[in-house]
Amino acid sequence: MAPTKGLEVNGLSVQFGGLKAVSNLSLAVQHGELIGLIGPNGAGKTTVFNALTGFCRPNSGTIIFDGHDITHKPPHFVAQFGVARTFQNIRLFKDLSVLDNLKIAYHQNFGYSILGGILRIPLYHQEEAKVIEESVRILDLVNLTEHRQVKAGNLAYGNQRKLEIARALVMKPKLLLLDEPAAGMNPFETRELVKLIREIQESFDLTVFLIEHDMSLVMNLCKRIYVLDYGLLIASGGVDEVRNDPRVIEAYLGEDAPWQS
Amino acid sequence: MLDLKGRKGKWNISVLILLGILYLVIHCMAASRILLPYHIQVLGLVCINIILVVSLNLINGFLGQLAIGHAGFLAIGAYLSAALTVFYGFPFLLAILISGIAAGLVGILIGVPALRLTGDYLAIATLGFGEIIRVIILNIPAVGGPRGFSGIPRLTNFGLTYLLAIITVFVVKNFIDSAHGRAVVSIREDEIAADSLGVNTTYYKVAAFAIGAFFAGTAGALFSHYMQYISPAPSQIGFLRSIEILIMVVLGGLGSLTGSVITAFALTLLPELLRGFAEYRMVIYPILLILMMLFRPSGLMAGNELSFEFLEKLFKRKPKSNAKGVSPGGAN
Repeated sequence: MAPTKGLEVNGLSVQFGGLKAVSNLSLAVQHGELIGLIGPNGAGKTTVFNALTGFCRPNSGTIIFDGHDITHKPPHFVAQFGVARTFQNIRLFKDLSVLDNLKIAYHQNFGYSILGGILRIPLYHQEEAKVIEESVRILDLVNLTEHRQVKAGNLAYGNQRKLEIARALVMKPKLLLLDEPAAGMNPFETRELVKLIREIQESFDLTVFLIEHDMSLVMNLCKRIYVLDYGLLIASGGVDEVRNDPRVIEAYLGEDAPWQS
Repeated sequence: MLDLKGRKGKWNISVLILLGILYLVIHCMAASRILLPYHIQVLGLVCINIILVVSLNLINGFLGQLAIGHAGFLAIGAYLSAALTVFYGFPFLLAILISGIAAGLVGILIGVPALRLTGDYLAIATLGFGEIIRVIILNIPAVGGPRGFSGIPRLTNFGLTYLLAIITVFVVKNFIDSAHGRAVVSIREDEIAADSLGVNTTYYKVAAFAIGAFFAGTAGALFSHYMQYISPAPSQIGFLRSIEILIMVVLGGLGSLTGSVITAFALTLLPELLRGFAEYRMVIYPILLILMMLFRPSGLMAGNELSFEFLEKLFKRKPKSNAKGVSPGGAN
């Protein structure tokens, strides 16, 4: 089979001791798609993301991205293939400025060595100028340019979420994994976020895979949805298809009461 | 956009010129006997301590890993260089370089397994490493064993310590201001996030550790050829010395190079000024430390650098905050 563009997961299982967090999950995300991953709390959604980005080792199964097997690769290695992510509980470099947060994300694109940096070779100056230019371009996109010298930890909550996405974008990823990007946002901020995700998906030619609890966001954005419950894939397909799937309703609303059956 | 463009290149040169002038001033003062050889000797020790403190700050302050075996690297440098010059007649500069590289290599060797640990566990592991080095030296008769290594030629002079201190500060500063240094700082801030951004955290931990060890090794070489004698006492190359360096780092501020330089200067001079109380040094230090933690918990400079811009900010702070109202992150 020719290497496919996009993400391909086959029979992925992750086990923590006796707990099967994810079992036998298979999914495929084509290049340029906007896919959602939903499920009740503790369904294993974040574990899927952690396995995809190398933060936890899958017990079995394969993960193939852009034709590369990234199953047991460490996180920084996965990142080099163009997989970027954000975190459920925001992980910014809180004591560093907004600009520095983005500069760090540019890390893999630097060409000079440690010695080159210490000796300040011409390449150092060129690339330092370039990274600032690039960072400011992306800050403009998320409307954070005026805050560039502010410590990331002092930003408003919604802006911190946006900054985390911006930081992931600086990596020039092909696949962007967003772990509950709208958590803790008000409806207005969520609408803005939907707009932003659409915008970046188009302008950066991205594949976006997101976990979300906010159904309005998922239903609005995603063309296709995967539903997890207790680590098992219980449904997948288009928005309407998933919404009316009895197993999804059961997972979210609970089983029918025994006396009814 | 002006604030984005680096004027650091020029900054480097102007500071270098200032440092050159300072050296000339010290030189002239020494020549005209305003500064006695004793004073110059103390200033040389200040410079050696600056190298040690700045290099440890790279590990503790910028990388954010609590390593307290720095005197171990100093010991490697001190003994190896002495052995090279005394037994094998190596030129001193080459001996300094070899000691630095040897300490750096040991740093890599220790760093690879030890840096998997964090926090208290890393502290204990590095403390153990420092003691191992000391005990090994204690048991090598060729370098004097417990009697210490004496008869080392005096090859270090003030100018050399001054030069190496400057080189250390500039190398660490330039490293921190590069993409690689930012990777190191990102590990301190959030290792998981750094990992997700493609930073090879193990590599950068070991790299920062090795650079720190390298400079500690060169400081050791300078030290043994300055005092002409080195003993394996805990206060020389053991954990007391490690703690002393650590205290200077913490007092100056984790992640502040100028803070390190200031405390290295002050805490080296202090026991000399209070000659009569020299034995109470280890009483004064903890008290200083407790007071510092009470009143200025993030150290003298609190991660800031003493620069022209910082001074500007310090004096302009009040009118600025009045004009702008509440500015997030403006202070500090």
